[in-house]
Amino acid sequence: MEVDKVLAGDSFFTTRLNDVIGWSRKFSIFSYPFVTACCGMEFMSVSCSHYDIDRFGAGLPRFSPRQADLLMVVGTISQKIAPVLVRIYEQMCNPKWVVAFGVCTCTGGFYDDYATVQGIDTIVPVDVYIPGCPPRPETVLDGLMKLQQKIQKQKQAV
Amino acid sequence: MEQSEIVRSIREKISNDVLGYHSYCGDETLVVRREALFNIMKILKEEFHFEMLVDICGVDFLGKEPRFEVVYHLNSLSRKMRLRVKVPVNEGEEVESLVPLYPIANWLERETWDMMGIRFANHPDLRRLLMYDGFVGHALRKDYPINKRQPLVKPKNEYR
Repeated sequence: MEVDKVLAGDSFFTTRLNDVIGWSRKFSIFSYPFVTACCGMEFMSVSCSHYDIDRFGAGLPRFSPRQADLLMVVGTISQKIAPVLVRIYEQMCNPKWVVAFGVCTCTGGFYDDYATVQGIDTIVPVDVYIPGCPPRPETVLDGLMKLQQKIQKQKQAV
Repeated sequence: MEQSEIVRSIREKISNDVLGYHSYCGDETLVVRREALFNIMKILKEEFHFEMLVDICGVDFLGKEPRFEVVYHLNSLSRKMRLRVKVPVNEGEEVESLVPLYPIANWLERETWDMMGIRFANHPDLRRLLMYDGFVGHALRKDYPINKRQPLVKPKNEYR
């Protein structure tokens, strides 16, 4: 079956609105990189041509939270910057997702001390956790695909 | 002039205020009286050419008398030597600020106040440097509870 023959003429297909919205949303992720620490190096590595996060439709970082769907929290979050993170999250429009990138954002990592938030899920809701110190680019892409599956399956708010 | 000779002439000059001295592998350390610190640093800067204040830090010897020590690391670019000056301080006592001599002392003393709770007299703006307003206590003191958390954003369990 050749695709161009199938698509020719008046052909159509049926689907559910929820699925088609999910399908379009998962391939047009605009991320806001909230980069505070060394995990940022791995984020750059994923973003650039070698691993190329753009293959998954998440290649365009927006540096305004109002234009972003995905809050990428990359690196250690200290108690001092926690109010900023919460404010950035609140400024984002729905639908929005949060990825905890690296072990410091997941649990605080080895910074079990007075200065560090023990996991950003204590202050903002998190959709996908990417572990690692720092995570390998493959792990990041795996986490991104997990997020895409989640977006595809969820009930779409319109 | 040899390094040891320089240190000897420093010790002769300020002999009344030196509490102790030791030298190890080229590390020269002077322990001096708290009240005389400012004058000693002035002499070290102006007469012995220690132009650069590398670092100020505090040490907490919990259970000892005096409890704290403020450590100054000096560097002489022209003579290519380093010197460490220590000042024993008790809780509640103040050390004279070195901001008039070394402008860098401003932030270094703020950090020492923030982390160890050692006050500096005549500092122009002694606020916390690293921790936030509203943080209670001094995080690097030995009696600061290791599990104590003072979050600015209170944890919400519904996100877990």
